[in-house]
Amino acid sequence: MATGELNPNHYQAQRAAKVVQHYLNTRYGSPYRLLGLHRVYSGNAEDVEDSGRKYQLEISVQEIISNMTEKCSAEVLFPRGGQQRSPQVQASCEELLKINTTAQEEALYQQYKMKPSLFSAQNVPDSYGHIDPDTKPFWHLCIVASSFIMLNESSENTLFNVAQVANITQLATENDQLKFDCHVLLHEMVSQEIIHWKLLFIWSPPEGVKVQQMEQLPHCHHCEKPPNTN
Amino acid sequence: MMRGFWLLTLLLAASHAERLFIRDQVIRINAESEEQIKLLQALETREELELDFWLSPVSMELPVDIRVPSSSLSSVSEILSANNIAYSVLINDLQECLDEEKFEMTENHIKERSGRSFNFGAYHRLETIYSWMDTLVSEYSTLVTKLEIGRSYENRPMYVLKFSKGGNKPAIWIDTGIHSREWVSQATGVWTANKIATDYSSDASLLDNMDIYMLILANPDGYDYTHNNVHRMWRKTRSVNPGSRCRGVDPNRNWDAGFGGPGSSRNPCSDSYHGPSAHSEIEVKNVVNFIKSHGNFKSFISVHAYSQLLMYPYGYSCKNAAHQAELDAIGTAAVKKLTSLHGTRYKVGSICNINLSSQRRQHRLIIPTASETWLALKHIMEYVRDHPY
Repeated sequence: MATGELNPNHYQAQRAAKVVQHYLNTRYGSPYRLLGLHRVYSGNAEDVEDSGRKYQLEISVQEIISNMTEKCSAEVLFPRGGQQRSPQVQASCEELLKINTTAQEEALYQQYKMKPSLFSAQNVPDSYGHIDPDTKPFWHLCIVASSFIMLNESSENTLFNVAQVANITQLATENDQLKFDCHVLLHEMVSQEIIHWKLLFIWSPPEGVKVQQMEQLPHCHHCEKPPNTN
Repeated sequence: MMRGFWLLTLLLAASHAERLFIRDQVIRINAESEEQIKLLQALETREELELDFWLSPVSMELPVDIRVPSSSLSSVSEILSANNIAYSVLINDLQECLDEEKFEMTENHIKERSGRSFNFGAYHRLETIYSWMDTLVSEYSTLVTKLEIGRSYENRPMYVLKFSKGGNKPAIWIDTGIHSREWVSQATGVWTANKIATDYSSDASLLDNMDIYMLILANPDGYDYTHNNVHRMWRKTRSVNPGSRCRGVDPNRNWDAGFGGPGSSRNPCSDSYHGPSAHSEIEVKNVVNFIKSHGNFKSFISVHAYSQLLMYPYGYSCKNAAHQAELDAIGTAAVKKLTSLHGTRYKVGSICNINLSSQRRQHRLIIPTASETWLALKHIMEYVRDHPY
């Protein structure tokens, strides 16, 4: 891996920038706010002794629903060492927070908080790329929750995207938080692997998304590990 | 008693030509020492246990997955615990798992519309695409011919459409669908073949100087597999890898250029497995043979999905290719034309530098994607026509 000034279009800076996207979604993502990496303007990498490699990036991110873009500065530290530690990110992109989604979020929250029948959807998008409009906010939620995984799993040698939500099922509301079980297919670009993860997460407008449990699954995506495996 | 029951089940199953795996478990072991690996390898030889290794014990880096028939569960559990080998249960009852999968497959089966006009805005099964090719050939018989360049691993024909005004001119190669899950690639191939036929039957200029060859389904087995099962994400060929439970080779890592180098995997279970040797995959060999025997191809374009990237060699090395500046200029101009249609931005660069730096957009529809791609393709083809070498 190179250090110093990086070509912003080449993979090194791009991968680091993608990590920033995942980080921002964990912080700001919601059923009506989802961020995508838009452009990388500049990138710089330096080795930090005993720590790892630190990237300084000038990027822009785009909120995919409103299409608003914002320029941000970010720093990503990929830790060195044998342990699989996740990258650390610092980024300020606060303009995007000003996109007002409160009303929609509140409406969604109220609608599903007390529903007698719980929301459930499979194969989002389907094999043909379609997503039901009613399903979209839940698709967004699962992507936000998956961003915690993608952030954790990222390194200088990976690039993660969500390929598909195999299943999202609403569970009973817990402490005023909507609760979901989500089976997500992540695509890792370098290895081209499709990796299955299962997540349990909660959400409410004031609290945002919080992941309670996450678990990587084997290839057979109907197969569930029974609880209490050794 | 258990054995008797199992044998009876097996007989019944045989009569239905279907195996039953009732209460079989699939377990996963992450070996923590060489001794454990050796022990697992020894376990493989114990035929009376009838263990089915989905992932064989090879090294400590890879998990070992074993289907344990229900009759052997207690023995295996004892052996593993006696040797302090931890395992987790991936599948608690394999038969339940398979029953579910089959149900979903039936549910997912798409009935093709039979109609007079072909819907270019929809994804089609292999058979439909193949019969559409025949209608294209019969409709534009002076321009288009269909050639079989060989068969796939599962014996499906591989068809190349030749667009020509006669003779054997210097040629352009276009392939789509080498990675079966990238459906918009095959769909773009279909749309593009139709576009070439319709456009160039009136406007002669390109085909006066060049022939175009299109391989729309470069990986027919893989494509069929993504339709017939819940394996929509299948990418590779469907060849059997001896000694491994995992099938398939990434055909786009199977070329004889930097074979086995960075960006490919030697693990048969990997989605970027390069295969035992270059051109081991019949699908790849067919293309190589065809191109070599033709002998006069001037340009090669391979269409994939996703990542708005227009890339030129090389992938296995970051060193500049010969005429890198020219390649970059062509690419940049082609992408400008692409962008002019719907504003979609592409990046241009060598595979090594910009691959794996995806600018992933939301789902795009087939026709807008194919239409904008066409502008870039046309630019490239016209450049090749105007700069003979």
